[in-house]
Amino acid sequence: MPFIEVKNLEKIYRSDNVVTPALRNISFTINQGEFVAIMGPSGSGKSTLLHILGFLDRQTTGEYRFNGKTIDDYSKEEIAHTRNKRMGFIFQAFNLLPRTTVFENIKLPLLYSDIKKSQRDELALKAIESVNLSHRINHEPSQLSGGEKQRVAIARALINKPDVIFADEPTGNLDSKSGQMVMEIIQRLHEENSHTIILITHETYTAEYAQRIIKIFDGKVESDTKVNHRHTARDHFRK
Amino acid sequence: MTFQDSFITALGGLQINKSRSVLTILGIVIGVAAIITVMSMGQGAENLILNQVRGLGPQTIIIEPGREPQGPSSFTEIFTDSLKQKDVDALLKPSNVQGLKKLTPMVIQVAPVTSENETIRTSIVGASELLVKILDIYPNQGVFFADEDVRQKANVAVIGLEVKRKLFGHSDALGEKIKIKDKTFHIVGILPSKGQVALFNVDDMVVVPYTTAQQYLVGINYFNAIIAQAETEDIVSRVARDIELTLRETHGIDSPEKDDFHVMTQIDAIERIQVITTILTLFLISVAAISLIVGGVGIMNIMLVSVTERTREIGLRKAIGATEKDIMAQFLLEAVILTALGGIIGIVFGASLSFLVSLILSRIIALEWEFIFSVFAAILGLGVAGLVGLVFGFYPARQASFKNPIEALSYE
Repeated sequence: MPFIEVKNLEKIYRSDNVVTPALRNISFTINQGEFVAIMGPSGSGKSTLLHILGFLDRQTTGEYRFNGKTIDDYSKEEIAHTRNKRMGFIFQAFNLLPRTTVFENIKLPLLYSDIKKSQRDELALKAIESVNLSHRINHEPSQLSGGEKQRVAIARALINKPDVIFADEPTGNLDSKSGQMVMEIIQRLHEENSHTIILITHETYTAEYAQRIIKIFDGKVESDTKVNHRHTARDHFRK
Repeated sequence: MTFQDSFITALGGLQINKSRSVLTILGIVIGVAAIITVMSMGQGAENLILNQVRGLGPQTIIIEPGREPQGPSSFTEIFTDSLKQKDVDALLKPSNVQGLKKLTPMVIQVAPVTSENETIRTSIVGASELLVKILDIYPNQGVFFADEDVRQKANVAVIGLEVKRKLFGHSDALGEKIKIKDKTFHIVGILPSKGQVALFNVDDMVVVPYTTAQQYLVGINYFNAIIAQAETEDIVSRVARDIELTLRETHGIDSPEKDDFHVMTQIDAIERIQVITTILTLFLISVAAISLIVGGVGIMNIMLVSVTERTREIGLRKAIGATEKDIMAQFLLEAVILTALGGIIGIVFGASLSFLVSLILSRIIALEWEFIFSVFAAILGLGVAGLVGLVFGFYPARQASFKNPIEALSYE
């Protein structure tokens, strides 16, 4: 059974008699542990697709099965619970809480989980270590660089040990060096913990950190190919 | 999400905007402080009046002309001439009223009193020689006038200490003459300072025989009141009942609705005073409550601003697993914590204020005013403040919980 299965997915926005199709007849499957990049120019519908995959939005028609179940089989509470326990989100704009320490930001998803208080600090320390930011633990987001902010967001996405991490243009607000560093961390986490990772990007270079690229154009799947020459941390050092 | 987590989250949200949070609760602070102060003052005033009424003694029965006042419109009925000497005679017959120890007719008027050098206005109290026992006021200089003086309509007066001081200063007043309404009286006794006793300020009054007062000072043949005393405390209500029946008989009245007098015992008086002060306090509290409502609207306003400002935060929380309930709880708790905090500050503030006022009233104006801090008022204040938070926080919290995470995340 595929982990994520999308069949004939359509998303249509309607406003005042204007019908705008954002996604048309999208079908693909993603297996557990895959690192997939969804690529496309802005306006291609890739963000809409990610929102549907992340249970933040619903398709108009078609079917989306997450772990064998369609979203219609989930109650509101279960949707929130699934987002909390099984999914992790990384956003282009980082979305850290201002005037709140790195430590508290990372622990945020635990608030909505059933993990005991006594274990929370330990989990947060582990997560922050995995993005090499232990020395920034008591800083506030305003004191961090863009790359550091995104690494905090990655730690936050990781803390509940989710099955899948959705990364929406994670390097979009970063300079290329910080962007590479963020991508290498994501890649390393994928290799170490075998999370399923779904990455949204419009840059070919960023997409090539993934194992597979699904190209979206004008709301449709244009191509779905394996990446033959992936970027790795070693490439980076070679340069 | 546990309640503890929601609470900590809400507290954190408030801390980020400390100065705004403090300003937001000002309305609640003032409202609760006003309620606490009004309740404390109302209770203080009630106790003050009750203590005076209790000074009357539990055996005392007051008979006044006119029907018991039911409201402002029937107020004029008090000034009637229904109580006369024949009523007093009838009441004194043991076959009519059993267990009546003593009584005195009362004639009361405010009038100018003149000594050689000074003129003041004070209460002239016409009574029989028995007043001294009923009110327990014995002169410490001279004597009280006797029944002989009452019968002969003698021009004798017993004066309070304040009256003495104003008219004669430090010089001796006993045996001196004063003029009341141009009639000359001899001072036979001076009362010690006793302050307020029942309806009278003993320090600031002149007591003369009621017969003299009726004929020479006021020119009436009726009484303003009759004060009676029952033999023991436990027969007071029966004696009062006998008095009513006797007066109805002498006045030829067949039903209580037609009464042209009313009989009041200390218990009646206490009940009446309590009703009046309670109504007054409730009225003042409802005025104070308006400021609580205004404060609540202020809270709602700020919470709505806060929800809009924190749209991205709400979107993020939802994306990482917060349910609508979690978001609702967070913002509702923020509002309730704010108002409850305002309530606590208001209680402290209100209690300090009423303590200050009681200090001024007792030390400077020398009333027998005691500071009262009612725990009930404090709980009420805190409860109402919390309720205001719950009511006025509900709408903003619901707005927050309904936010669509995608729109919220992309909100700039």
